[in-house]
Amino acid sequence: MAQNSAPSQPTDPSGTPWRRTAWLLPLVVLGAILALLILGKPLERLTADAPPVEKVSIERVRLTPGLITLHIRADGSQPVAIAQVQVDAAFRLFTIDPPGPIGRLGTARIEIPYPWIDGEGHKVVLLSSTGAAFVRTIDIARATPAWDVPTLTLLALVGVLLGVAPVATGLLAFPALGTLSANGMRFVLALTVGLLAYLFLDTLHEGLEQAGRALERLRAQAAIWVSLFIAAGVLTMIGRRGGRTPEGAALATFIALGIGLHNLGEGLAVGAAIAAGEAALATFLVIGFTIHNVSEGFGIAAPLVGRRPRLLTFIGLAALAGLPAVPGVWIGAQVVSPFWMAICFGIGAGAILQVIVEVAGLIARREGRAALLTPASLGGVAAGLAIMYVTALFV
Amino acid sequence: MLTSSKRRLLLGVGAAGLVAAPLAAGLAVRSGMGQGSNARPAAAGQAGGPTGAHGGGHGGAGIAGDNLIVGSVNHERNGFDPHAILTDWDVGEVSTDSQGRKTREWMVVAVDKEIELAPGLMFPAWTFNGRIPGPTLRCTEGERLRVVFNNGSKHPHTMHFHGIHSWRMDGVPYAGLVQPGERFVYEFDAKPFGCHLYHCHALPLKRHIHKGMYGAFIIDPDPARHPEAATVAESRLLGSARNAEWQEIMICMNAFDTNFDDENEIYAANTIPFAYQQKPIRVERGRKLRIYLVNITEFDPINSFHVHGNFFDYYDHGTTLTPTSRIVDTIMQCQGQRGIIEMDWSEHEPGIYMFHAHQSEFAELGWMSHFEVV
Repeated sequence: MAQNSAPSQPTDPSGTPWRRTAWLLPLVVLGAILALLILGKPLERLTADAPPVEKVSIERVRLTPGLITLHIRADGSQPVAIAQVQVDAAFRLFTIDPPGPIGRLGTARIEIPYPWIDGEGHKVVLLSSTGAAFVRTIDIARATPAWDVPTLTLLALVGVLLGVAPVATGLLAFPALGTLSANGMRFVLALTVGLLAYLFLDTLHEGLEQAGRALERLRAQAAIWVSLFIAAGVLTMIGRRGGRTPEGAALATFIALGIGLHNLGEGLAVGAAIAAGEAALATFLVIGFTIHNVSEGFGIAAPLVGRRPRLLTFIGLAALAGLPAVPGVWIGAQVVSPFWMAICFGIGAGAILQVIVEVAGLIARREGRAALLTPASLGGVAAGLAIMYVTALFV
Repeated sequence: MLTSSKRRLLLGVGAAGLVAAPLAAGLAVRSGMGQGSNARPAAAGQAGGPTGAHGGGHGGAGIAGDNLIVGSVNHERNGFDPHAILTDWDVGEVSTDSQGRKTREWMVVAVDKEIELAPGLMFPAWTFNGRIPGPTLRCTEGERLRVVFNNGSKHPHTMHFHGIHSWRMDGVPYAGLVQPGERFVYEFDAKPFGCHLYHCHALPLKRHIHKGMYGAFIIDPDPARHPEAATVAESRLLGSARNAEWQEIMICMNAFDTNFDDENEIYAANTIPFAYQQKPIRVERGRKLRIYLVNITEFDPINSFHVHGNFFDYYDHGTTLTPTSRIVDTIMQCQGQRGIIEMDWSEHEPGIYMFHAHQSEFAELGWMSHFEVV
């Protein structure tokens, strides 16, 4: 069509000035519709007698000596006023900051002086001005870890055991990988794809679970998918800038980054478990993740086979893949809002998706697309998935 | 496997040296409760936040510890005050016919009304005369009673009296159900004497009761009909000389399900939780105390009354002139059960004496009160 009309039209691509201002037209119409809805109140007959809709999500619970602190987020058809607070079926003194009703998606902090008992269960009920009850059960009360040097050091140790140690251990397999035949190497690369696929599913699952705990209107599940694809897209773009697909140390770096983001998520989970009073499980969690994460080291080492990387490269890769677990544990132990946890997991899943694509691309480039469907490749993917699943049982 | 030192390390991470701290906090609170009435309100005031937000003081914080509602209820807006409800007997209008027979008549109207149950917490109640409990109807044994009931609510209601009467006057779905805007006159004789109640018996019954449609119905004994115990009967007869020697109050044990999940969020004596804890009921040592106690708590099978530092005699249903239980300090009532408590404070040291439901849960959710013996 453009070709037909081109000869008879002026060549100015931007058109006449009034046409350019036509961009404003949809905005003006949108403004008019909103004004009609807000000022004209055509829906008033529907909403006037409707009972108020109130939603409150208790995003964070922090326990400090003699004090329960809640961070809440409100939603609904009108601001939500927290009128009274009950703990363990008893009305309690409390303060709310900022005072007064909480607007849509607004947050507030509620402090309840309460002699909560270490290691026991408690139940907090917030009663709104309409009598609606919002309940949070604290299954096992433990003091939220303090943000001081000794505590952070201990938690950092957990993070290092969880993230850096197993990845570094896995990287030690690098010399052995060099002895593999072409078929064996294809298997190892495919294994990497398999274990990355497992991590992708696991990260996504964690994220969706967190999203389910966030306030409905934040659309946390959609936000995960959006952050996933944006992260994957941006990392792919960065990886391929200069027109070349990442290989060798570059690809290993991207794999390490994806795994690092995944380990940030694992750190969050372990930190949250400690904060939720499941410190007794922490040993099992760390042992499990350590076994689980060794295979991540294989995956990072695989693209380096046939090259001569320096020791510093290995140290850097281990740090990139493992160290994010440390801030993960720190942040997780402080109890984070599920929405931000979900976004975090979304980005992690996106990063993993990117490296899956690149590693699969590497196999295809090296040996042709058909190589992806050979028994060695498919077996490798299946083995990767299976190894990750079986070792996950230790967690 | 797991060595004990590893275990300690990881547990140490979780507890981060704070294991002892909650214990210390618990002790602090406990010692705070012992500080007496001067120390605690200051502490509550410092807490800021809701105190400012709701603009209320906490008069009783000193004797309440931290188990309290924050702020204070606007009784004026509610249209009734739990302290006034203790003694505001509604004796209606009395007329005497040519044969000397007394007829007592009340006008009662059903009203849908938002009630502030706890500070800042509004409840869409259904009421008799705009209050919960409804008017305390008080009459004398043998009178002819006429209750003119106008339904100003958006829902059909009845007034079902506990008493002796014909089925036609029973106030149930098949007799005496009053549609919105209509009226019905319940008519029967005042018998038997005692501490009774009335409530709406429209369906669904649970909803109509827990929304607030109930009240006390007291029939004083006619001393002339009880020559064997005339002085005891006279002491119960409102307005008599012997009755003036008594201090009488009515307490209706009730509860509210504010989020309609068939469980109560709030328990109370006369509707407003902690009302008599924040402001104790004044009791004079010179006069004996008589409590007309009614239990209308929905959803929970029983409620109870327990007094500190004293014992009492109890007349179940109030239909006898001799106690049904003597020297007890706790009685329980199922829903609809009621009775009369008689207590003597004459030899007590003046001070604050607690009374409450002896279900700790009910007590901490609002059914907690104090007498101030003077």
